[in-house]
Amino acid sequence: MSHKIEISGVSKWFRRDGQEIPAMRETSLSIEAGRFVSIIGPSGCGKSTLFNIIAGLMPPSTGKVLADGENIVGKTGYVGYMLQKDMLLPWRTILDNIILGMEIRGVPYKEATERALPLMEKYGLKGFDKHYPRELSGGMRQRAALLRTLLYDRDIILLDEPFGALDAQTRLTMQNWLLQIWADFGKTVLFVTHDIDEAIYLSDDIYVFSSRPGRIKTKITVTMERPRKTEDMTSPAFMDLKHHLLDLLSAGHDEEQIS
Amino acid sequence: MPMETARKEAFIVHAVAPAETVPETSVRPEVVPYILDEEAIARARSRRIVWGRFAVAVLIFLVWEVFTRIGWLDSYYWSSPSAILTTTWTQITEGSLLGDIAYTSGSTLLGFVFGTFLGALLGLSFWWSRSYAGISEPYLIILNAMPKLALAPVLVILLGIGFFSKVALAFSMTVVVSALSAYSGVKSVDPDMEKLMYSLGAKRHQVFAKVVVPWSMPWIISSLRINIALALAGAIVGEFIASSQGVGRMIMYAGTILDINLVWVGVVVLSLLSMLMYWGVVVLEKWLSKGLAKQ
Repeated sequence: MSHKIEISGVSKWFRRDGQEIPAMRETSLSIEAGRFVSIIGPSGCGKSTLFNIIAGLMPPSTGKVLADGENIVGKTGYVGYMLQKDMLLPWRTILDNIILGMEIRGVPYKEATERALPLMEKYGLKGFDKHYPRELSGGMRQRAALLRTLLYDRDIILLDEPFGALDAQTRLTMQNWLLQIWADFGKTVLFVTHDIDEAIYLSDDIYVFSSRPGRIKTKITVTMERPRKTEDMTSPAFMDLKHHLLDLLSAGHDEEQIS
Repeated sequence: MPMETARKEAFIVHAVAPAETVPETSVRPEVVPYILDEEAIARARSRRIVWGRFAVAVLIFLVWEVFTRIGWLDSYYWSSPSAILTTTWTQITEGSLLGDIAYTSGSTLLGFVFGTFLGALLGLSFWWSRSYAGISEPYLIILNAMPKLALAPVLVILLGIGFFSKVALAFSMTVVVSALSAYSGVKSVDPDMEKLMYSLGAKRHQVFAKVVVPWSMPWIISSLRINIALALAGAIVGEFIASSQGVGRMIMYAGTILDINLVWVGVVVLSLLSMLMYWGVVVLEKWLSKGLAKQ
């Protein structure tokens, strides 16, 4: 299989008070097209740093990032990026927010709305096109933010804890909704979370990061069948993997406390 | 008491009586509660407020009129509502009051519009470069602290006693306030919002037009109310210094010839003008907020 995205030897160092501090150690990972890949790790392990580097918003100190074999270091616009905060512009309607990426690329308004409206209808935002973000619930706003990312038409989508601010019930609904979208669109997804259940339920592969300075500790491939259902979250196989991941993460946590 | 129905290894399931078996009479209150008509109360209150305001105005003018007539207030200094009205009328019909009003409002509005607009542009421009903003900031603060009205004589000498020295004063009063407000807006832009825009492939000018300007609009709009009053003050002081027209000049002139009634006419006219402009700005604010800063 072809590698959609390849990260080799990427690290990030900051200079603070005249000292070089590593935020992320040399990290290498390659992701095949169409996979759902999660990154979990304690907070401050450089997950967001990695995403900022892939999105071209921050240059790495070392290493390179390849998308379809092309070096995209420091280049924005190659991947869709969604943050934990929905970042909908409050003065724009939901529809106008969703087409923002297309608008920036210069797609005519009419064409953009013709593409956006059917998607809104299909993915649970029917009738909300003329509403403003403040009138929507957190879950709805995240839907709009994700549709905006999708309509930006990139093969690779980075999701940085997109459901981190939602309540447990909404989060579950949104996870199923995301799996549906992922199955429909066949995008390559990189997903950051610190929720172990969420990582197992959604992913093909899980990378476990160590605490600061971050580096990859393990890669785990989840072989659980798709489509997955909420019941799978209580299956013995699921529990087994959850146990394993909890051990990995708590080991990292102890290290941090000792040092 | 709920019954224990199932005991598992780590938890117990309790049975709760189903809703339909709870007798209805136990939840319905015996006495039908008195329902407050909150809408009617609110209507009555707003009616009271309107009438109350009107009554206070009538009372003030009545007391003013009566006191000056019976001599408790010296009508030479305090004039009286009826004298002010008749003087106003003669000034409109025989004098140049309407022309003076037009002159003063013209210079005020021009100064206000240019000062606010260019000031806002200046404040917004600080987004483009942090060094540029950092260098400019202390000078902006000094300009803000400087009493611009003290510069009025210089401006009049520089620009003459005509219309433009008044516009320049109104402009100088408003431009810095507006720039500082817009700059506060710019500084408060959420960096994640900019990050999102760049991740969507936006160029800097697109981030500026689609995020920075609309984000800063509430800050710019909030400076409008202060600015209209400042612009009027600037225009009037300009007329005080040297002018051949305007309500400010009329007051100055009336003062020198000891025509106190005419001074009062000027004061009343300026108050009304100020209120009218303030109201206009409130309407403008609403319109701008609706179009640009729906939050």
